[in-house]
Amino acid sequence: MQLEGKVPGGPLETKWDRHRFELKLVNAANKRKFNIIVVGTGLAGSSAAASLAELGYEVSVFCIQDSPRRAHSIAAQGGMNAAKNYTNDGDSIFRLFYDTIKGGDFRAREGNVYRLAQISNNIIDQCVAQGVPFARDYGGLLANRSFGGAQVSRTFYARGQTGQQLLLGAYSALSRQIGIGKVKMYTRREMMDLVLVDGHARGIVVRNLLNGEFETHAADAVVLATGGYGNVFFLSTNATSCNVGAAFRAYRKGALFANPCFTQIHPTCIPVHGDFQSKLTLMSESLRNDGRVWVPRKQGDTRAPNDIPESDRLYYLEEKYPAFGNLVPRDVASRNAKEQCDKGLGVGTGRAVYLDFADAIKRDGKATVEKKYGNLFEMYERIVAEDPYQVPMMIYPASHYTMGGLWVDYNLMSNVPGLFVLGEANFSDHGANRLGASALMQGLGDGYFVIPYTIGGYLSQWYGKPKVKTDNPAFKESLDQVVQRKEKIMALKGKRTVENIHREMGLILWDNCGMARNEAGLTKAKEQIHALRDEFWQNCTVPGSDKDFNLAVEKAGRLADFLEFAEVMVMDALNRNESCGCHLREESQTEEGEALRKDDEYCYVAAWEYAGYGKDPVLNKEPLVFENVKLTQRSYK
Amino acid sequence: MTKTINLTLKVWRQRNAEDKGGFETYQSNNVSTDMSFLEMLDVVNEQLTLDGKEPIQFDNDCREGICGMCGCVVNGRAHGPQKATTLCQLHMRKFDDGDTIVIEPWRVKAFKLIRDLAVDRSAYDKIIQAGGFVSVNTGQASDASAMPIKQENAELAMDAAACIGCGACAAACPNASAMLFVSAKVSQLALLPQGKPEAAIRAIKMVRTMDLCGFGNCTNERECENACPKEIKITNIARLNREYIKASIGSSVM
Repeated sequence: MQLEGKVPGGPLETKWDRHRFELKLVNAANKRKFNIIVVGTGLAGSSAAASLAELGYEVSVFCIQDSPRRAHSIAAQGGMNAAKNYTNDGDSIFRLFYDTIKGGDFRAREGNVYRLAQISNNIIDQCVAQGVPFARDYGGLLANRSFGGAQVSRTFYARGQTGQQLLLGAYSALSRQIGIGKVKMYTRREMMDLVLVDGHARGIVVRNLLNGEFETHAADAVVLATGGYGNVFFLSTNATSCNVGAAFRAYRKGALFANPCFTQIHPTCIPVHGDFQSKLTLMSESLRNDGRVWVPRKQGDTRAPNDIPESDRLYYLEEKYPAFGNLVPRDVASRNAKEQCDKGLGVGTGRAVYLDFADAIKRDGKATVEKKYGNLFEMYERIVAEDPYQVPMMIYPASHYTMGGLWVDYNLMSNVPGLFVLGEANFSDHGANRLGASALMQGLGDGYFVIPYTIGGYLSQWYGKPKVKTDNPAFKESLDQVVQRKEKIMALKGKRTVENIHREMGLILWDNCGMARNEAGLTKAKEQIHALRDEFWQNCTVPGSDKDFNLAVEKAGRLADFLEFAEVMVMDALNRNESCGCHLREESQTEEGEALRKDDEYCYVAAWEYAGYGKDPVLNKEPLVFENVKLTQRSYK
Repeated sequence: MTKTINLTLKVWRQRNAEDKGGFETYQSNNVSTDMSFLEMLDVVNEQLTLDGKEPIQFDNDCREGICGMCGCVVNGRAHGPQKATTLCQLHMRKFDDGDTIVIEPWRVKAFKLIRDLAVDRSAYDKIIQAGGFVSVNTGQASDASAMPIKQENAELAMDAAACIGCGACAAACPNASAMLFVSAKVSQLALLPQGKPEAAIRAIKMVRTMDLCGFGNCTNERECENACPKEIKITNIARLNREYIKASIGSSVM
């Protein structure tokens, strides 16, 4: 398949401007004649739905939770980047663009990323106007902080709850449109299928989670903003309902899945502490500004951390990376923690390293440390029941964000015409690694400032054409498939629970397709996933009825998709024989054991095409062209 | 220290709003004190599933205390015994070996029961839809720093904005009032210049919608403040009352 990114030509700075001029417009009176379906109500979905409704489109919105306000964007802590340069420290649109491209290890499109940096400033303006209570300094102006190793202070924040405040801002804009009837909101609905008519996305089939009934909805375009697939690892920092279902169901209908093996593993999470564990909790990586990471030098050192003298401690980040020390980027910090634990130097359960604040407390006093990190220390103590002021924290990496997602062009439209994909659900802006404080920016950028323009360019071709309705046979066909699949799931009366199988799948991927991979492990993982998929269809059990509110039915359907998706992820990792962004491919290292990217072989987007159940997906490549930045290898020594 | 405890659970089971419902008793043994409350329920559900019984339905999502999806009444207290803590962040070390734990859904007239411990809180969304916003379209904003906001007000607005919409305030209130929830949003926006132009109509519309949804009135019991996992203060209710009175008397909006 020929993949066209459709990035406009000409100078980087004027691409978006010119593109907006060249896009066909839908005039104000005609907008109300178009219906748009938006699935998902996180930052991307809510902002898109509100903005489209404000323009005059008729919008239907679907979410799986009981309210659009619950989407997992709400859990983002740190902040949101914008190139405002309010701190006068040398930031600019180009610098934000460059940092994002470089941070993504040169695996994203220049044009998309530059646009994101451009609109970052509008996003902040919009959020402030909505009443988002960003932190302010004494003069009443907006405060900024440096985040995630950035050398400029460009991050805007609302305490440790930036995601919550931004989402509630977008939710309030969406609520306003629901209140005046421009948006029809459907909560507790799960998207089961994408409906195509003559090759165009024309609707969806959803399941009403309250009573199990299936519903069909038709529209002129479908916007997916359904988030990432981090829960493929079972344990992640994602919410329990985060899943790959909607994106994967679109993939089965022909949408390409790009770079699925690009997942971000966040270094400062609270370690796994038992088999019953349902999720991992992230703590802001700002902790590494003052905490020192170490493990005991000797294996099997069972002394309490405070009894281990300096000479017996290995401050591995400081030793290995003297220039950056504990502030190396996320992937380097994560990988090194795993490496120490693999060597048998891990503490606690063996899958943890210490993050020690004793020196910071000695140097700055407890009060200063408390002021900076008090809420995080409290959160840690609540979960682990140890006081980090007295005893070093234990941390371990966890799955946090997925850079991969459905393939989209510059208009955020997938290869299926009429299907747009926004936010974490698409692959477009973060390459192989996302910078801290950039997820919120992308979600809102896509929703507030990209889709309102680009969707018009698509819709304008449909003036006066007959409307697709749900009585079209394509809906019936889709519905039949969905019902069949549901019946297959309800017939599962084996001996293992959904959670139990999901946990096993997560471990296979975590061990073989996580921070570090190699061909042998990936090949084995592929077989194991195959076997587990058979196990699922033969030996899983799904309790209760599908006519009641019964979360077990949803979970089973989502796991079935994850089990298929996991294989695509592994295939992608197998194909990409280079170390890049968040992951180390063990066959591709420098002599010093650092990640080695291979630009001559892998400077492309790997977009996978569904080939049928049980068949290997087909690889399509979109070459990445860099005209404005020079590709460099990262070095933190 | 990690240890394991044995518990007796009395859990409210009700198939749907029309069903009568009642308590069922379950033994939950060898519970690690490192588990969260919801993880403890997960384990009970795993066993029920393997025994061919129906698992307990309870809403939950982020499991880190921010999405507001979870929440039950545990031993008579919304979100359980730990102050300023959502149910998902409550850990089993707060319980003792041999304890009996009674688990019930939010019991609020305006929150219709869905099943077991899950209730319909869409009334909260309706209240926000009535006025819990600043009427600004995408693109209409001026520069973010054009309007300085006193730090103290920004902080107070943030305190109020921390509400997660979980419903504990209404569940804890003897009148099943939603005043704390409404006041948090009204306060946040009334404290900021962006929210001022609509302050009057917002207070009126949100309070009216609250009444229409079937929530009770505030009689200063302060149970809401005590139950709120985000420690939203009842001073917000005082601010709402001021805004409401100002709006009713001083403006043409009625």
